[in-house]
Amino acid sequence: MVQVRMESNLLGANDLLARKNRNLFSRQNLLVINLMSSPGSGKTTILEKTIENLDGKLSLGVIEGDLYTDNDARRIEQKGVKVIQINTEGACHLDAGMVGKAYNELPVDQLDLLFIENVGNLVCPAEFDLGEDFKAVVISTTEGNDKPLKYPLIFREAKVILLNKIDLLPYTNFNLQQFREDLAQINPTAPVFYVSGRTGEGISDWNDWLLGEVRIKRASS
Amino acid sequence: MHELSLMQSVMDILLESAEQNNICKINKVKLVVGRFSMALPDSLQFAFEAIATSEPLLDGAFLEIETRSIICQCLECGKKTELEDSYQFVCSGCESAKVEIIQGRELYLDYYEGD
Repeated sequence: MVQVRMESNLLGANDLLARKNRNLFSRQNLLVINLMSSPGSGKTTILEKTIENLDGKLSLGVIEGDLYTDNDARRIEQKGVKVIQINTEGACHLDAGMVGKAYNELPVDQLDLLFIENVGNLVCPAEFDLGEDFKAVVISTTEGNDKPLKYPLIFREAKVILLNKIDLLPYTNFNLQQFREDLAQINPTAPVFYVSGRTGEGISDWNDWLLGEVRIKRASS
Repeated sequence: MHELSLMQSVMDILLESAEQNNICKINKVKLVVGRFSMALPDSLQFAFEAIATSEPLLDGAFLEIETRSIICQCLECGKKTELEDSYQFVCSGCESAKVEIIQGRELYLDYYEGD
């Protein structure tokens, strides 16, 4: 009998491809954001409003992850933004390999900012590094304020958090104070933007922050 | 999450390594899974059994999973805090929230034994 020591990371293959992506993104000086949430939180609507509100101040690209449809990609395309669709055919998350392929189809030398809209899921996407600069997590008031406690990894990993459907707050039992207290223990440093993808409330503050992040990224190269 | 596909990657690693090391029968596989990884030990165990029955190299092999607790280290005072039932990333010494996770994200194949 022999014992063979391995110490192989089960996500090692993905991590390797993520490092490759990160090198590619850095070469273009491109800020890349991995946008994640549960299904129906409003990721696509926020992207639509972000594009409208930026009004050409940044050149955007979007990689859309979806199990089967291209509905979201068509919505983004209508805003005049270059978008590449990835259909995962049932897989619950995007991986670095899928993103690397989609990236090659984008006119990357013309872009300042790339959003990767992940598959709606608060569990699996948190584990898969795509090579992004950082993760942004959307939660909506109709989901309830307990989501950070129920899905701590994704909220811990986020650099920024958006609370969407803030216009619906009075009609829900969402406890804003409890939400803030929970986040203070899980992720005290992430800024939180209170937005409505429907009315556009809070989107300009979010965009100002994005513009700042793009400037920081450019200055760092 | 996707424990079956994670276990498939364990199998791929094992098949390749066993061939390199001239091992034709694996008796034991040891995984390390942190409590802050999203993989569930029970589901991994189930996936292992499902895959092992159709893979002669692993027929009858035993899977041991070592789970690791979540430990944070304070960036202010250096104290280490083990998180037990909650996800409060706060130092138990000085109550600072500036803590770094130093254990609990593990998800790796530690070793295997075979003939």
